[in-house]
Amino acid sequence: MTAVDQNPVEIADAPTAPVLLGPWALMWRKFKRHRIAYASLWLVLFIYVLALFANFFAPEAHDETNRRGIFVPPQTIQFFHETEDGSRQFQLHVDALKMKVDQATMRRSYDVQPGKIIPLGFFVKGHAYELLGFIKADRHFFGPKDPDDVVYFLGSDRLGRDILSRIIVGTQISMSIGLVGVAVSLLIGVSLGGISGYYGGWIDNVIQRLIEFLRSIPTIPLWMGLAAAIPLGWPPLRTYFIVTLIVSMIGWTSLAREVRGKFLSLRKEDFITAARLDGLSDWEVIRKHMVPSFSSHIIASLTLAVPLMILAETSLSFLGIGLQPPIVSWGTLLKEAQNIRTIIEAPWLLIAPGSMIVIAVLALNFLGDGLRDAADPHAH
Amino acid sequence: MLQFLYRRILYMIPTVFLVSVVTFAIIQLPPGDYLDTLAAELADSGGLDDGTRQALADQYGLGQPMYVQYLKWMRGILFYWDFGISFEKNVPVNDLIWDRLGWTFGISILTLLFIWMTALPIGIYSAVKKYSAGDYIATFLGFIGLAVPNFLLALVMMYVSFKVFGQSVGGLVSPEYIDQPWTWGKFVDLLKHIWMPIVVVGTSGAAALIRIMRANLLDELYRPYVVTARAKGMSEFQLLMRYPVRVALNPFVSTIGWILPTLVSGEIIVAVVMNLPTTGPLLLRALLVQDMYLAGSLILIVSLLTVLGTLISDLLLAWIDPRIRYQ
Repeated sequence: MTAVDQNPVEIADAPTAPVLLGPWALMWRKFKRHRIAYASLWLVLFIYVLALFANFFAPEAHDETNRRGIFVPPQTIQFFHETEDGSRQFQLHVDALKMKVDQATMRRSYDVQPGKIIPLGFFVKGHAYELLGFIKADRHFFGPKDPDDVVYFLGSDRLGRDILSRIIVGTQISMSIGLVGVAVSLLIGVSLGGISGYYGGWIDNVIQRLIEFLRSIPTIPLWMGLAAAIPLGWPPLRTYFIVTLIVSMIGWTSLAREVRGKFLSLRKEDFITAARLDGLSDWEVIRKHMVPSFSSHIIASLTLAVPLMILAETSLSFLGIGLQPPIVSWGTLLKEAQNIRTIIEAPWLLIAPGSMIVIAVLALNFLGDGLRDAADPHAH
Repeated sequence: MLQFLYRRILYMIPTVFLVSVVTFAIIQLPPGDYLDTLAAELADSGGLDDGTRQALADQYGLGQPMYVQYLKWMRGILFYWDFGISFEKNVPVNDLIWDRLGWTFGISILTLLFIWMTALPIGIYSAVKKYSAGDYIATFLGFIGLAVPNFLLALVMMYVSFKVFGQSVGGLVSPEYIDQPWTWGKFVDLLKHIWMPIVVVGTSGAAALIRIMRANLLDELYRPYVVTARAKGMSEFQLLMRYPVRVALNPFVSTIGWILPTLVSGEIIVAVVMNLPTTGPLLLRALLVQDMYLAGSLILIVSLLTVLGTLISDLLLAWIDPRIRYQ
């Protein structure tokens, strides 16, 4: 008998056991079925890669001004060009432009210089930069083959700076504010929400009143007040950090509410009671049993909070009380398109950064929605 | 119901107190105060004479500890309805703000109506015709509406209306009507302008509400009571309106609570872009020049009115839904 106990009965001819998937694998499988969300995941990853290697992807230096390239409209890439002997040849290029100033109206216009092209190529040499902040490099993903040529794929601004490069570099600030802001919200939201839901009683009451209070005041006037208090002379990094803190004030209240709700419902579950009877401390119960059971849900909520923060930063910077101009973010880029006359003269100042914001926010929203559906075991 | 009312109003008192403290703390945050700014500005023309400086400092408690200043400000408001003076414009805050606050809340309430008027039918349509082309269009537009920031939408609308209609936008009435008495012509002109901020501010709220309405209605549509009513031979439209829509309507009332703060926020930022004569531009300017009583009063009143709006929505909800009343 003892032998049998030690070697469980071997079931040779039983059907092979189905592969058991863990909860995360199940979630992933469900998530992949949501096609828009899955595509959005790749798009979001792509945007973050763009942010990480911004200088490599930017064809020009983002702060390089050019007096002969003010308000250049977007230049289109062309594939074939006619060589001198009349044959058509494949060569990525844009037409070389020449600025013309109408002396009477003082308006600039750009004419194509016939026969002159700016050849383009991949992995071309350009301005020097530091990859990831420490690797010296001067190769760029795509741009003019001659480093002295300047191309404006998405047009240029009032100082002749390349909008595309500025958008790519701005991605760093705009997308990271979302992440840092969410991290701060996560910290405050989960700890306050957790305390509120786990202990209940008067602590719960105080925290809930605080949250209700914060939610009942209109955010923009409050942010405007806080952001206007940032001294203009502060170093960019500190301004960035404070703006992130201000922006994250919206995120944590809803997160705290959700965490509290989860705690309240989990507190009465049998497995939590069992864990507590086993002598685990409060902290261990929370960490080992409660957090894993709602972490997927929290991740989904966090993803949905990122776009809100990006929009908040953009709005503040646009008003001129968030990040200030030497810092490049999508909000400070849009600030250039603040009045209707500029927009009419150079619509790309509005359209290019605007579409970037909409694309990023849409992708993050779809991603968050997909994650939320995948994390919900009751959804079908 | 009365007891519920008392309890809610009682809860409001600490909120209102907190709002006033936070507001005051925020406008005190920047280093220095307006007296310093004034002294710096007047330094060339002989400087601020000590008598004026002393008089101003006494009146508002400038230069004294923060709580003294706060108490002086509060006393002025509570006992004399005096919100202080605008340092920059040198007139009482009272003379500056009420018109603009009126417009801000007028536009916000009109926007709320706009949101309801669009979100209700579209939400019902997309729930009833689930997965139809119309539903997909509504869902897609909803996502776009949530993804486009208010000010960006405002800029795009201004650009489009300039390009398409050749109409220059900005302001609530055409320049020739500004400071004119109200006439029929001015009213019509107002209508021509006011729809744009309403649509701009309302889009994201409408998008959110369409999604809520659709989800709620989908929960109700396949309930047994709907099947029963259908089996009894009720017409489909009557059935829809009488039962599931009524149940799904609750969130419409409860959302006033969170939608009102967002609308007011949205209105303020759109007003800056579109140059509307509302709170937004005034507040932005006041904050930038540290005109603290003006900025403080604006933030305070906007927040208080929002808290009040939330209270009204809670009362409405309790009136509709007895489960909340007896909680």
